[in-house]
Amino acid sequence: MEKLKVDGVSVSFGDNEVLRDVSLTLMPGELVSILGVSGVGKTTLFNVISGLIRPSAGRVLLDGQDVTGSPGRISYMLQKDMLLPYRTIEDNCALPLLIRGESKRTAREAVREKLPEFGLQGVGRKWPAQLSGGMRQRAALLRTYLFSKDVALLDEPFSALDTLTKSSMHRWYLDIMDKIKLSTLFITHDMDEAILLSDRICLLTGRPGTISREIVITEPRPRDGDFALTEEFLEYKRLVKEELGA
Amino acid sequence: MRNKLPAVAAIVGLLLLWQLVSVTGLVPSFMLPGPIKVVRAFISDFPLLLENSAVTLTEAFYGLALGVLLGFISAVLMDAFPLVRRAFYPILVITQTIPTVAIAPLLVLWFGYEITPKVVLIVLTTFFPLTVGLCDGFREADTDAIDLLKSMGASRTQIFRYIKLPSALPQFFSGLRIAAAYSVVGAVIAEWLGGFSGLGVYMTRVRSAYAFDKMFAVIILISAISLVLMGAIGLLERELTPYRRAREQK
Repeated sequence: MEKLKVDGVSVSFGDNEVLRDVSLTLMPGELVSILGVSGVGKTTLFNVISGLIRPSAGRVLLDGQDVTGSPGRISYMLQKDMLLPYRTIEDNCALPLLIRGESKRTAREAVREKLPEFGLQGVGRKWPAQLSGGMRQRAALLRTYLFSKDVALLDEPFSALDTLTKSSMHRWYLDIMDKIKLSTLFITHDMDEAILLSDRICLLTGRPGTISREIVITEPRPRDGDFALTEEFLEYKRLVKEELGA
Repeated sequence: MRNKLPAVAAIVGLLLLWQLVSVTGLVPSFMLPGPIKVVRAFISDFPLLLENSAVTLTEAFYGLALGVLLGFISAVLMDAFPLVRRAFYPILVITQTIPTVAIAPLLVLWFGYEITPKVVLIVLTTFFPLTVGLCDGFREADTDAIDLLKSMGASRTQIFRYIKLPSALPQFFSGLRIAAAYSVVGAVIAEWLGGFSGLGVYMTRVRSAYAFDKMFAVIILISAISLVLMGAIGLLERELTPYRRAREQK
């Protein structure tokens, strides 16, 4: 069964129709990208899936259960890591567990257990300001993971990082999502990133935004950086470019 | 320490100049006693100053504590209910335009010569910087972070506890530092305008005795008390916001 299903979602703000009849599915363990230019309604779609906005029409299903407009089920991660500067890394990652009503002690223990897997060994007691951008994003991902263990919603999570850090984060992410069995919905405007990471790419285009095409990337995972240098990769890129009119 | 050197040098220079003006008789010394005379007065009247300081500090403490409590409650209410904010924020600003010296005698008339009118006056003056500091702090909390917590199913209380309150701490402390200085000055003014003891009362007595050396001694004491209070609040702030030094520890 689908992990996550977006079914005929439309969103209007007054007379302004932002999204029309958007449908997509995310299978367990899959990474699906939503690729579109700025202002096409990616973030709106994102807010609908996380439950912060109730769509004018359509539904969001998590494990077959209707979660439309009810936050608290699917968490997300943004370009901005949103680690609270006044909480240590440990206590930042523990937030979703504390909100769920777990005690401070059990929450911290759960975080400590996962720190090494997320490459955050020995930094649990540090302040966010003391970490590099890549590490902060990893901490933000751990927080997201502790909230909803099997599905992650990522909105351009790596776009603020420098190129080198970004590509090492891509490799790390593909690796960890296989390890912890994370299904990922990934929102981006970066074609290379989408092709490199995704099993499928949904192109969000037009005004109001709608899914105009779905492209399946058949290259098996895990992929390494060399995939980006192949003829196949360029072929995918040509296809995406054409569709986006870029 | 090195960066405090200019300030220390300037203060020492001014003291020297002051002593010089006084010794040379440029200004008659009964009108402007020199610093050495002031220090002598300070030492000779020390027990009396100490006794009166205790009174003033007690008033300042109760006034400030009550100001913090009321400021906190009203900031929380204004943050939670926009209608309350729209209704009372202007009134809050108006209370700040009331001249303290004008209202103090009225307070004495209403509440007598004991501690009550002093505490009320201090609450009136400290309430504003505290409430405004907290209110602004709550409002400037990162809305993206609030949305994130909402997406995790956080309740309003949890959002307050995990985001709004800690975000407002720096502004709260700025307000508290100002409020602490106001509280001492407020207590002195209230005593000056009607009371039996305290540094303000001491001031009225030495003034009528034309003992200006003692007057300067008490002025310096009040400044010192305010500085110590502000320093103590600074230390408390450092203790409660360790993350603000995090960058240095990278």
